[in-house]
Amino acid sequence: MAEHELPERQSPLEPEYHPGSHGNFEHGVDVILSETRPGSILQLAAWPGEEKQLIEIIGKVTGLALPDGAGGGVSNGARAAFGFAPGKFTVVDEAEGLAAAFAGAITPTIGTLTDLSHGRTAIRIAGPKAEWVMAKFFAIDFALPAFPLGAGRSTNHHDIFAQIQRSGPDQFDIYVFRSFARSFWKALCHASEEVGYEVQ
Amino acid sequence: MLITCPYCGPRDVIEFTYQGDGNRERPQPASQDLDAWNAYVYDRLNPAGDHNEIWQHSGGCRAHLRVVRNTISHEILSTAFARGGHKTESRS
Repeated sequence: MAEHELPERQSPLEPEYHPGSHGNFEHGVDVILSETRPGSILQLAAWPGEEKQLIEIIGKVTGLALPDGAGGGVSNGARAAFGFAPGKFTVVDEAEGLAAAFAGAITPTIGTLTDLSHGRTAIRIAGPKAEWVMAKFFAIDFALPAFPLGAGRSTNHHDIFAQIQRSGPDQFDIYVFRSFARSFWKALCHASEEVGYEVQ
Repeated sequence: MLITCPYCGPRDVIEFTYQGDGNRERPQPASQDLDAWNAYVYDRLNPAGDHNEIWQHSGGCRAHLRVVRNTISHEILSTAFARGGHKTESRS
């Protein structure tokens, strides 16, 4: 949050983040990998029975029309929100300070707010082979009918917890623990070599 | 083996953690009834067939689930959220 004058955030991926084309890209780059570095990553949880009220608050604060239902989500480029567990939501903003915007709105009778902006790393995979590469990591269905636009999924890759949101027809945003992010990133790069990848 | 999480849908069993027999009745914390505690800790039906179980979707949404699993075929007959404390209808 800007008012606390936190030091500038450093990327945990930095030593392994090499912009440019890599792997088997002679016939074209089929996935683009990037770190989106959102300013705010929040986890919101509603007490049982307060879920609808929390969804309403998310709508009021972010302007996102978050659909009710398991794994429902929405993104508009700058902001994104999705359900990742019963009554629990991840809300992301390009800008810092989203936690402060929610602070007054989520009362203790509705639920809780946890600021994970410094605890999660957001990685984006995009391109015609994004589904293919993701399917090598996670045992879930990445086809568009099973994993619709905006929807969120909780799963893991070798004990590295991942929250995944589909932010485009061939684009996924993956939120992983910051402490595991570099390891996950390296694995993602290795898995993308066969299709040719570009780091932006 | 696939377990259909009521929130996440069908997922591989590696995402889940077994939390024990779902038939157990935990005595009130203040209970001095040693037989009841003994039964809670040690007594198991151990059926060859349908079994009430508690699982956690620890590698996904982390919800606790009531699952009926056949101990012979490993078929999952039903899943539901454990929240509310209702036991699965006993099939054993």
